[in-house]
Amino acid sequence: MSTAVALPVLIPLIAGSLSLVFYKSHAVQRWVGVIGTGALFLATVALLAKTWTDGIQVMEFGSWPAPFGIVLVADLLSATMTLMAGMMGFALAVYSLPSMSRDHEAFGYYPLMHLLLAGVCGAFLTGDIFNLYVWIEVLLVASFALLILGGERGQMEGAVKYVTLNLFSSMMLLVGVGLTYGLTGTLNMADLAVKLPQVEEQGLVTVVGMLFLVSFAIKAAAFPLFFWLPASYHTPPIAVTALFAALLTKVGVYALFRFFSLMFDNDVGYTHELLLWIGGFTMVTGVLGAAAYYEIRRILAFHIISQIGYMIVGLALFTPLALAGGIIYIVHNIIAKTNLFLIGGVIYMLRGSYDLKQIGGLWKTRPMLGVLFLLSALALAGIPPLSGFLGKYVIIRAGIEVESWGIVAAALAVGLMTLYSMVKIWAEAFWKAQPEEHAERAAAFERAIDKKNLTLMMLPVIVLALLPAAIGIGAQPVIEIARVAADQLLDSTAYVEAVLGVTP
Amino acid sequence: MTPMGSLILRTTARLLLPLLILFSVFILLRGHDEPGGGFIAGLVVSVAFALYLFAFDVARTRELMGADPRFLLGLGLLIATLSGVPQIFFGQAFFTGLWLPIDVPGLGEVKLSTPLVFDIGVYLVVLGAVMTIVLALAEAEE
Repeated sequence: MSTAVALPVLIPLIAGSLSLVFYKSHAVQRWVGVIGTGALFLATVALLAKTWTDGIQVMEFGSWPAPFGIVLVADLLSATMTLMAGMMGFALAVYSLPSMSRDHEAFGYYPLMHLLLAGVCGAFLTGDIFNLYVWIEVLLVASFALLILGGERGQMEGAVKYVTLNLFSSMMLLVGVGLTYGLTGTLNMADLAVKLPQVEEQGLVTVVGMLFLVSFAIKAAAFPLFFWLPASYHTPPIAVTALFAALLTKVGVYALFRFFSLMFDNDVGYTHELLLWIGGFTMVTGVLGAAAYYEIRRILAFHIISQIGYMIVGLALFTPLALAGGIIYIVHNIIAKTNLFLIGGVIYMLRGSYDLKQIGGLWKTRPMLGVLFLLSALALAGIPPLSGFLGKYVIIRAGIEVESWGIVAAALAVGLMTLYSMVKIWAEAFWKAQPEEHAERAAAFERAIDKKNLTLMMLPVIVLALLPAAIGIGAQPVIEIARVAADQLLDSTAYVEAVLGVTP
Repeated sequence: MTPMGSLILRTTARLLLPLLILFSVFILLRGHDEPGGGFIAGLVVSVAFALYLFAFDVARTRELMGADPRFLLGLGLLIATLSGVPQIFFGQAFFTGLWLPIDVPGLGEVKLSTPLVFDIGVYLVVLGAVMTIVLALAEAEE
């Protein structure tokens, strides 16, 4: 029994309901937002520390023993993912203070943010596949509402695609859960790890696995079912987009990692080969899509897809090194990508537009913002010594080790294309002079800036910009955690033993 | 929504309202061992207020409820979540059922428990959620 495992789920639930109780007072909601996510962050740090020193942590909800009750399980992958959720939640709660308009706050931004975090943490921690479905629904419902916060026309259009595809994916997930139960009579992940290999018709297991694969691939925005993401991510307020970019697709990626290492690893030759192709195409299409756009949020949205490809490739190669690389890449990407969206928000505040053709001259007026942008952008592109280099290096080396040359070439080329996109934003927004025809609006926005608000927005940006550099330079502990996490994924003995209390 | 519904409807709504609320509390408490519980009781009490809304209007229904439904929703969620927390101080997992049987003269043994607290939370969540939706729809129509 470990209390630490449940706190990352309970804290946002309590904070969310508290901010609903005080829905009339925005000031209280802001305080609850910062304190609640801060407590969540601390709880997730404690959870990772405990998982690192004491091994896999388990809590049986309501003291119903596994595999009959619902368990929360934190192995190193889960703990790392919750840590990222806590960190991003805290950073975004601070960032939201100055950037969220009063209208959006009145529509219930803060309660929904907490609910989303509860759903994400629950999905990362649960050890039961039906419970995973429930948490995913919780976070989806919150994300539906956040996506249309403000109710503008463009948001509705994006939301229709987002909701439709995600409901479809949830339906497939539910069908998969039902079939798994029919096949094995259990929904507990550890129990499934024991019972799935005993199923006589292994072909059926692969079929059910494919249902999960498609369902989670949609949620992770992988090729070919990614188009809901670029259709919707540029529509809500920027803090919401950053929250989505940080966590939503990662739930899909996490679920793929969990399902296709712990449970559905019976036919690796088929499923992981398919994942490799999916990952490769996801990388390439995402980065090509980004090249076509001149709107900061759209460019970054396409890069989310491209980066998801790397993570899936890390899973698909299925060696200890590749899985570790995938985990490092998830951590790196959550930090760097979220920060680029946050910087996008600051740029909007300074210039009044996200369109690269209408803005410019930022290097002259805000050199520090330029440096922070470069730190995150180069990290994303994988320039040493930043964290992106570390992630890409490990994945590519794993690819070379198994002589998967096609994917190595694709990964290298996509890295170059990412650099192209980042340089494009840099050259247009920072380097070139402010276009004359939009100078008036830019000047108006520049005048309207509240110094205090800008500082508050810059705080999370600065921290998140320095983190990739810190990870890249002090790489040893991160690699160490990722390697042990990868070992835990490949060898399910410890997981099963921790949950069921017996050696399989 | 006609502010002045028929006389029969208004009279019936007034009569039924306390009965339905009482009935919902009965279902809530009965739910421990027999069919019932927080969810269904929450729906019954929502029906009571919705009926009142049909007979009268939004302003009067809000006045009757006393609290804003969104507040009830948050309060219920808070109660339900907190009902799982005290267990850790007894060294047990979250949401383990804790029981406190007490003898009430005339009634016999009454079992107070954390599942009951959880059910009360659910009751308020359902009432809050349904009334938020119904009132928002009615306001849009007015």
